[in-house]
Amino acid sequence: MIQQKIREKAKELLSKKEVDLIIGFGEGTLPLRATPIFIRTPEEADRLIWNSFCESNLAIYLHKFSQFKVGLIVKGCDARSVIALSLEKRFRTNPVFRIGVPCQRMVDRRKVKKAVRGEILEAYEEGDQIIVKGDGFQISLNRDDFLYHSCQVCTHRNPTHADLLVGDPFEESPLLEIPPEVREFEEMSSEERWRFFEKETSRCIRCYACREACPMCYCRECFVDSSRPKWLEKSLSPSDLQFYHIVRAYHQTGRCSGCGACERACPMEIRLTYLTRKLNQDVKELFGFETGIDPDAPPPLSTYETEDRQEFIK
Amino acid sequence: MEAHWEPKILAFLCNWCSYAGADLAGTSRIQYPPNIRVIRVPCSGRINPLFILKALQSGIDGVLVSGCHPGDCHYLSGNYIGRRKSATLKRFLEFLGIEEGRVQFSWVSAAEGGKFSQVVQEVTEDIKRLGPIKRFVKNRVQGV
Repeated sequence: MIQQKIREKAKELLSKKEVDLIIGFGEGTLPLRATPIFIRTPEEADRLIWNSFCESNLAIYLHKFSQFKVGLIVKGCDARSVIALSLEKRFRTNPVFRIGVPCQRMVDRRKVKKAVRGEILEAYEEGDQIIVKGDGFQISLNRDDFLYHSCQVCTHRNPTHADLLVGDPFEESPLLEIPPEVREFEEMSSEERWRFFEKETSRCIRCYACREACPMCYCRECFVDSSRPKWLEKSLSPSDLQFYHIVRAYHQTGRCSGCGACERACPMEIRLTYLTRKLNQDVKELFGFETGIDPDAPPPLSTYETEDRQEFIK
Repeated sequence: MEAHWEPKILAFLCNWCSYAGADLAGTSRIQYPPNIRVIRVPCSGRINPLFILKALQSGIDGVLVSGCHPGDCHYLSGNYIGRRKSATLKRFLEFLGIEEGRVQFSWVSAAEGGKFSQVVQEVTEDIKRLGPIKRFVKNRVQGV
């Protein structure tokens, strides 16, 4: 079982002092949740878990712990974020020990909650079923019907360049044809796309949870917090909300691993990944670059080819 | 909308080529529409996408970014880097629903006064066809 293997490996690494700490997943305080935990002794390693609720992108913690030798549990998307961060020299002194786990795709707790009437008090996995219990009910749901959208379209479930792989790699293919929504949006008229974007962003409360959840959003001073120059005001005016969302997404160009952490973090359920997915697709088409695959390829916007396309330039 | 609406277009011109090209157009008495307001920047690679967005948000109807031809950059690679930013930004803005043509790009050398005039004419015509900016705009700048 993968969870057991992760624990064994964590114990081994910690007792041999190959790493100072292991960053992995632990049981969350609420049903359907797993929480990031930081394990420093072999005895604690039994707190590590692995299930379909281990959704967070743990690469976000690397910088904070970069003075330590970190062992990191990585899924496909986390592993790609680690490579993207290392290209940007976010941790130079200590290389990260990546314990790769091929990802079975994660379960969207919001979809589960919507499918159930009443409060969920307990939830666990059994094979490909999720058993959900509450006050006076117990139902079993088919796991594959409740996956995150970003996981359904994922084509990189196996961690790239992991130092160790726990479990057998999966065959790489998306559950849904990719990227269906990007194509759907391209078929819309410009007006319709703008209305959609306007409608989604109008719900934004500017909590910046999307920014905080993203491993690539690490600027010491974010452009929204900058007062000189003041790029945008601290209001909830539609235009400022749009400004924030355009730039938050655009800053991910060639850096986004498509983990979907931004969308999961959003308390208003704003669709965010369709923006970054479009950017990823463009970067692939224009520059043949995919985030986190090649650890030596420079980030696409910090390099160039003299033959880059320029038919749009007069 | 005002009866005689004229678009406001912001042009970011690189110091070494396009700005000199605009200067040449001027000294050669070549006519071009007075709709553009020029901001001189060191290089087309200096353009931060935030500049473009801030302009559109402030009610500027169109933005032109112009730099040296490929291979002619004063800083050797600034325009190549700028070209990648422009390509991704242009596609992204159109995907969001900002009309195609609001933001345009060109290469104009210091010897191309005629081309500069032609580019400004084309851009102005495009923006006139699109009409005043309605999406994304917050405060329309007055008197500029």
